[in-house]
Amino acid sequence: MLNVDSLTVSYGPLKILDNVSFELQKQQWLMIVGPNGAGKSTVIKAVTQCVPYSGKVTLDGKDIAHIRPHALARSVAVLSQNYHIGYAFTVEEIVSLGRYAWKKGLFAKDGEDIDDRIDHALEITGLKKIRHQSVLTLSGGELQRTFLAQIFAQDPRLLILDEPTNHLDLVYQKQTFELISEWLKQPGRAVISVVHDLSLAKAYGSHALLLNEGHHIASGNSEQVLANDNLSKVYNMDVQLWMQQLLANWQN
Amino acid sequence: MISYMGNRARGYNWIEYLLFAIITMVIFVLCIFAGSVRVPAGEILSSIRDFISGQTENTNTAMQIMKIRLPRVINVALTGAALALCGAAMQGLLRNPLADGSTLGVSSGASLGAIISIAFGIAIPGLSGGSTVLMSILFAFASLVLILSLAYRLDYTLATNTIILIGVVFTMFAHSLISMIVVFADEKVKSIMFWTMGSLAGSNFKNAATLTVALVICGGLLLLHADELNAFAIGEENARHIGVNVRRVKLIILIAVSVLIGVSVSIGGTIGFAGLVIPHIARMIVGPNHRRLLPASLFAGASFLMLADLIGRIILRPLELPIGVVTSFTGSIAFVYIFYNTRRVK
Repeated sequence: MLNVDSLTVSYGPLKILDNVSFELQKQQWLMIVGPNGAGKSTVIKAVTQCVPYSGKVTLDGKDIAHIRPHALARSVAVLSQNYHIGYAFTVEEIVSLGRYAWKKGLFAKDGEDIDDRIDHALEITGLKKIRHQSVLTLSGGELQRTFLAQIFAQDPRLLILDEPTNHLDLVYQKQTFELISEWLKQPGRAVISVVHDLSLAKAYGSHALLLNEGHHIASGNSEQVLANDNLSKVYNMDVQLWMQQLLANWQN
Repeated sequence: MISYMGNRARGYNWIEYLLFAIITMVIFVLCIFAGSVRVPAGEILSSIRDFISGQTENTNTAMQIMKIRLPRVINVALTGAALALCGAAMQGLLRNPLADGSTLGVSSGASLGAIISIAFGIAIPGLSGGSTVLMSILFAFASLVLILSLAYRLDYTLATNTIILIGVVFTMFAHSLISMIVVFADEKVKSIMFWTMGSLAGSNFKNAATLTVALVICGGLLLLHADELNAFAIGEENARHIGVNVRRVKLIILIAVSVLIGVSVSIGGTIGFAGLVIPHIARMIVGPNHRRLLPASLFAGASFLMLADLIGRIILRPLELPIGVVTSFTGSIAFVYIFYNTRRVK
């Protein structure tokens, strides 16, 4: 579905990503992991055409740089890390913008289908009760869910999530990952997400890409990529031991 | 199913637009009847009848006032609509509640263009009266591009303070150039000073026709991009992700805004703050959705400027205050209030 070949991103003389390649097939959930400064978010920025890059990114064989913005948005939706909104839009107004790429001609009525999709997105993210509330009054978690609802309304085939549970408490963290797993069950879909929490990466990811200082360390099946040897090399510590020690605190 | 007309997420509300149009019309009529010279309403009505039927040779006071006041009020309304629409669009596009032609320095740039054209007698072949308008538009666009690129180099998030600071510096720069031109163009000083004060006192039907064409084309373009402005107001990255052709839409909006500000400035000079304050008031009434905000700003801008002009005409009767003085006075107080509130929220 998505093929990334020799992706390199530089800011001036500084190489943020150096020759990173990976691929993603339908029904896969690829977790991009690595320490701070590894270039995880930059991979996402390059794939979504937000930063200039060299290399090639193709979606179903087509160079993603040549796909028109609205056509790309029908296939790919992105959830960013941070949202700062200055105006008092309602939750529903933000969610309904997810349908922008599917908008028909100027004078065509959008029809019932649009309302249904917006309603459904609000329903599954638990935002129906606050659909008319101003986003300026929302908590960080509610705001993040609002944008999650926007991408569900967008109805893409590929979801790209940059630390999707950044602002969420445990309940919504679990709910979000469950929602995305459920979403992924429909045929033809795939997910890429950047995560810091290796437990979440192991629990939900089918595949993983491990980066360190802009370099590709390992990619493929998440069991193999997230093996202790690989992680210990990148994080300079015995990751498995640390995780087990943390878990031990819960055993009694 | 949620009704198409009343759905707040969709944002279109024709009843609301109609209501705004009626209020604007009422203010328009009021401004025709009231002014620095008192004329009985009956006389004005009969003059309007004569005027519409083409009998303009009548020399009574009412008819003379109609010939002067009617085009002036129409120009004031169109300028107010154009400036407020531009302010609303800029505030959405840049995600910046303090953006507007005067705070960004675009109006000063447009004035500079107009003044250069007058002082140096620059005439574009085949466009005898239009060269001032065209120079205003070109300078407005060039200023906008220059200010935004300078701001972007300093701070890629285009934060409020950066833009305002560069806008202020650019305004001072443009005014220093204007002063220099004034020194060298002594016989044309009077007509040049007009641009820096802001007044629509001598405007005519030809000006109104120019403004109408600009407003229909560029205002129409802005209204058609309400959804895109919503997306920009939420965030440029989000706009890109939901499928907005960011570069193209930005260019269209910047050109439309430059043309509207350029035309307005070439006819009425620099009328400060109308584009800043009106979208805020409109946002308080209808919310930030540009499908409602743009039409509301359009009507509110027309109404505000007509009332400001009326105040200027009657407050020191029989003397007149230029409209720019009235809007700058009320606008600067509102500007401080808005700036204070945005800082306090942060």
